[in-house]
Amino acid sequence: MNAARLDLPLTRGAVLQLRAGQAARLFGPMYTARDAAHARLREALRTGESAPFPLAGSTIYYCGPTPGRLPETLGAAGPTTSSRMDAYAPELYASGILATLGKGERSLAVREACRNYGTVYLVTVGGAGALLGSRVVAAETLAYPDLGPEAIRRLIVKDFPVWVAYDAHGGSIFPGDLPLEAD
Amino acid sequence: MRHLATESLVRPLSELCQRISFELPKDIRRALTEAARKESNLRAQEILQILLANLEVAERDRVPLCQDTGMIVVWAQIGQDLCLEGSLRAAVDQAVAQTCEEARLRPSMLSHPLNRASNTGDNTPAFIHLELVPGDQLTLHVAAKGGGSENMSAVWMMSPSQGREGLIEAVVGRVREAGGRPCPPLVLGLGVGGNFETAPLLAKQALFRSLGDRSPDPVLADLEAEILARVNATGIGPLGLGGDTTALAVHAVAGPCHLATMPVALNMQCHAARHGTLVI
Repeated sequence: MNAARLDLPLTRGAVLQLRAGQAARLFGPMYTARDAAHARLREALRTGESAPFPLAGSTIYYCGPTPGRLPETLGAAGPTTSSRMDAYAPELYASGILATLGKGERSLAVREACRNYGTVYLVTVGGAGALLGSRVVAAETLAYPDLGPEAIRRLIVKDFPVWVAYDAHGGSIFPGDLPLEAD
Repeated sequence: MRHLATESLVRPLSELCQRISFELPKDIRRALTEAARKESNLRAQEILQILLANLEVAERDRVPLCQDTGMIVVWAQIGQDLCLEGSLRAAVDQAVAQTCEEARLRPSMLSHPLNRASNTGDNTPAFIHLELVPGDQLTLHVAAKGGGSENMSAVWMMSPSQGREGLIEAVVGRVREAGGRPCPPLVLGLGVGGNFETAPLLAKQALFRSLGDRSPDPVLADLEAEILARVNATGIGPLGLGGDTTALAVHAVAGPCHLATMPVALNMQCHAARHGTLVI
């Protein structure tokens, strides 16, 4: 499979070139956040506090990993179901997030947000946690350590396989989805 | 009357829980390999290859197959001539907590559903279902069940007039609706009949059957084959990204029911179908 190399953090230019269905390999930093971290992140943004990581240009990975053998490593680190974070995603895209990464179909509102804000939703292989964890070369807990597996972590990944699920032009990888009209 | 101290269960149960976190049963492995061989969609083929490579990495590095290391479900068949000394609950939870620490699993259990900060920290408590059976053996069927596929499961109190076709439509419709979210390729556990509280248990028990074993009941075996064919014709494919492999198997179990009812439960199982059995 021809997979393009994508360096993180992404640039708007790189994001706009991506098309739904395309395979890519990620290299660089991204941030984990899932259910509980999203609730706190939204609360922080709404009360005017700053986010615990730079939102502009960043990629959020919906992942709650298992611990690694060493504190700076992870064990299994595959994606969780993205649709549980649908309620938060449009606001985060509006705040500068360029990509989210998880698994499974999402709401129409998320597809529209990708088109409206020029952002993407990426998917990787659910249930391949051991293999994906081996592509995480470094990890550190950045915020909300009391949430345990749901804490926000900064990961550095290498050769991390993804597919573009929703592109910035209304396209979708999922067989049942019709393309959205261009913005 | 045979006596068994429950504390003697902790070690073997913990070893079983560890093994299923790192290694899939052979039947699932075989089914994934076979699916990769037959799959006609190139992207789906690549995903199935990644899943097979993941099995190698997990086994080699002793890393959990999936970061959702699951909730532990124990279906305990207790011989009625067996006297358990001590607490089965305490022994099971001790094994679960021990496994969580030793195997570096992810604690995924909350003590209260409305308090998201109530993680118990050691993946306890397990879900334990008891069944009295003849004899003096103890059989523990253990599964490490993921949350994503559990979320897409369903129970319907159908009208008997909806019949077999209505049942098939409900199940296939639910799989279609779930798409990639429960991590297909799936194993579908189907509980037909029983009542409101037992149909889901039948569906859960159906997931413990070896892949490829059809129901001994010809009516159910036909139903399994038809649902499997229709689910795989949806084109949902591995991870919902398209392909021929949406489910690896359908397992149905039936139970007697009230003549006014037709309960149907569907328990979805992702491809990381981690389970094993301990007979003591």
